[in-house]
Amino acid sequence: MKQRPRELVISTSPFLKTETSTPRIMGEVNLALLPVLAAAAYYFGLGALLVVAASTLGALGTEYLFTRPNSSLRDNSALLTGVLLGLILPPAFPLWMAFLGGAVAIGLGKLIWGGLGQNIFNPALVGRAFLQACFPTAITTWTPPGGGFFHLSPRLFAVPLMQAPVDAVSGATPLGLAKFENQSTAWMPLLSGDIGGSIGETSAAVLILCGLWLAVRRVFDWRLPVSTLLSVVLFSGIIYAWNPETYPSPVFMLLSGGLLFAAVFMVTDPVTTPATVRGTWIFGLGVGFLVVLIRLFGGLPEGVMYSILLMNALTPHITRFTQPSPFGTPPKSSPRKAAQGGEA
Amino acid sequence: MSSAAPALHNTTFRHGVHPPERKDATNRRPIERFPFVDDYVMPLSQHIGAPSVALVRAGDEVKRGQLIAKAGGFVSTTLHAPVTGRVKAVEPRPHPTGKMMPAIVIEADPYSSQRIDPSAAVDPSTLSNQEIVQKVQMAGLVGLGGAAFPSHVKLSMQPDRPVRHVVINGCECEPYLTCDARLMAERPQAVLRGTEILMQALEAAQGWVAVEDNKPEAIEALRRSAANFPRPIKIAAVDVKYPQGAEKMLIEALLGKRVPPGGLPLDIGVLVNNVATTSAMADWFDHGIPLVERVVTVTGEGISRPRNLLVPLGTPVSALVEYCGGLHDDTKQVIMGGPMMGMAQKNLDVPVLKGTSGILAFTEVLPGRDIEYPCIRCGRCLEACPMFLNPTRLAQLARVDAVQELESLHVLDCFECASCSYICPSNIPLVQWIRMGKNMVREAKKPS
Repeated sequence: MKQRPRELVISTSPFLKTETSTPRIMGEVNLALLPVLAAAAYYFGLGALLVVAASTLGALGTEYLFTRPNSSLRDNSALLTGVLLGLILPPAFPLWMAFLGGAVAIGLGKLIWGGLGQNIFNPALVGRAFLQACFPTAITTWTPPGGGFFHLSPRLFAVPLMQAPVDAVSGATPLGLAKFENQSTAWMPLLSGDIGGSIGETSAAVLILCGLWLAVRRVFDWRLPVSTLLSVVLFSGIIYAWNPETYPSPVFMLLSGGLLFAAVFMVTDPVTTPATVRGTWIFGLGVGFLVVLIRLFGGLPEGVMYSILLMNALTPHITRFTQPSPFGTPPKSSPRKAAQGGEA
Repeated sequence: MSSAAPALHNTTFRHGVHPPERKDATNRRPIERFPFVDDYVMPLSQHIGAPSVALVRAGDEVKRGQLIAKAGGFVSTTLHAPVTGRVKAVEPRPHPTGKMMPAIVIEADPYSSQRIDPSAAVDPSTLSNQEIVQKVQMAGLVGLGGAAFPSHVKLSMQPDRPVRHVVINGCECEPYLTCDARLMAERPQAVLRGTEILMQALEAAQGWVAVEDNKPEAIEALRRSAANFPRPIKIAAVDVKYPQGAEKMLIEALLGKRVPPGGLPLDIGVLVNNVATTSAMADWFDHGIPLVERVVTVTGEGISRPRNLLVPLGTPVSALVEYCGGLHDDTKQVIMGGPMMGMAQKNLDVPVLKGTSGILAFTEVLPGRDIEYPCIRCGRCLEACPMFLNPTRLAQLARVDAVQELESLHVLDCFECASCSYICPSNIPLVQWIRMGKNMVREAKKPS
């Protein structure tokens, strides 16, 4: 007999575990963001990448500062928040603002609640909401794509707290055009991403492919994006059918603005969305309804951010009211429950 | 095949997980009879319930199959000498639970034929139902799947309730284990005969043998035997999913019925019995062989020559490991039972018990899974829990001793299959917390 090992490890069952771990989930989402970054670089050039880098640096720095020495950077979630925030900012957003946004996203969006898993609101969206409140002009100044890879807008290098330099080139987003100018945008540019908009949000085709990959890899719950998008189609479809002259088609609603990006990367954040299956459908339904409401009837061209933040606030309640019924009991809402209870 | 596959209600249950199966090392290896060793240790506590009471003393001569301990109560059972030999001592010995527990130590007689006197055999059709139950207790039969619940108690739990279906559980949904698969492939007649005895004792109209469909050899052997069998016994192939072998999950897959919370299969007219227990029942009634041996799968990455062994109870685990080529030098952990619900062992001198289905040697201890991350509320545990509980919430409540809330969220419905811990990406030991939560609720319920 071979020599017995010196010490056998005692632990409790189970002795097998899935390969899927929290850092890996976050890492795979980060991986899925690479094609989005590539598309952003293609359309908006180096400047866009610098914006993402700035917000990411802000996020990572804040996470490190407040969680050292046992830094929680290793769970990859701060990296994800920073990149996500960067991708929902305009391409020539001043870098110092992006950095500040990343710091706020992690500080106020996550750490102040108790860190990963404890926050109510999507941290990246908290960061963006903060920036929207502080810098409403900068965050709605859109650079059209195709300015050349190495063309860096002077706006990027604005000095903190000083008036941002004005760039000769600025454009509008398809949603803005539709809302304020009543101009429509062709489908091809919407799909490819050759339009004005936030850094990572413009290329519908890339976002759909990334979403499919993440769903197939089971990184996120497919019901969340699907319910969100279906809900937008449903509500905007009803309104479009009622008055197609005034209101945009459901397809335009799907492909424009930040909806697809949010469906793939924001409503799929497990922490801030319901954990129950029924809850995920309710969440998506709510986000879609609010998006249509804000886009078509609100004062802003885009409403994805506020829709998700509002539904984030409802998430704990949705989770609580959609708890599964234990095996062998009828569903809580079922009228049969009373009858069976009487029998027992 | 003349006996067409039965029309199942489903072929599985909802939720559950898909751990890697890892049965290839042993699922085509015929069962080998393990040679007799020098000393056997029979702990008096090998089952759920009161320990057995020793009937022998040091120095007594015993014959293989002879009664050596009687039941210590109704929820308790008997023990039989696994070998012919001499009682060396009745004293505390290391037990797989990690404690020292009273045990009967028997020194084997090297000259004995180790034959079992068949005079205890009896035709069950000449016995009343009550007599069959008593006879089952006299054989020391318990659930051999691992839980080791005394079989006679299961049979007499609710004598007034009619049982329509007898379900023999050959799912073997735990990864690595192949002892039941081999038993069904090699002894289908014994399985069917045991099923028949149970159906007779309970006056049940329909028999089932349920097997996960990753055991084609077992399914085919059983179907071939069932085709010419006098009683209606359906051989059902169910999906490979963990924990398919849990009673309630299996009943849902076969019959589409759900046992109510806190209830028993008997409440809906079903009895579920482990397949190895069932064939042991046939051996007892037909050949007078009480429970003195069982099939154990010895496998895992730390074992050189994995085997399915027919082992006398009380054989030290170290002897099994040695027979299978010893442990690799890099073995980190040895498990008794399956990898999902088994127990890690420190001391390999512990004996094989009635509930020992496997000995697994692992060269890695959950690689890279030592850091616990915060719960990210991904909901994977909710979608894994076969009982439709909220494991992460229960674990949180157990951490803060919220006894009332634990109870109101049905913590006692949990049967500790560990699917939640398996699936949790943040490495939270969910089932461990829930186990503690269950204990808290039980303690609080006790009249003080």
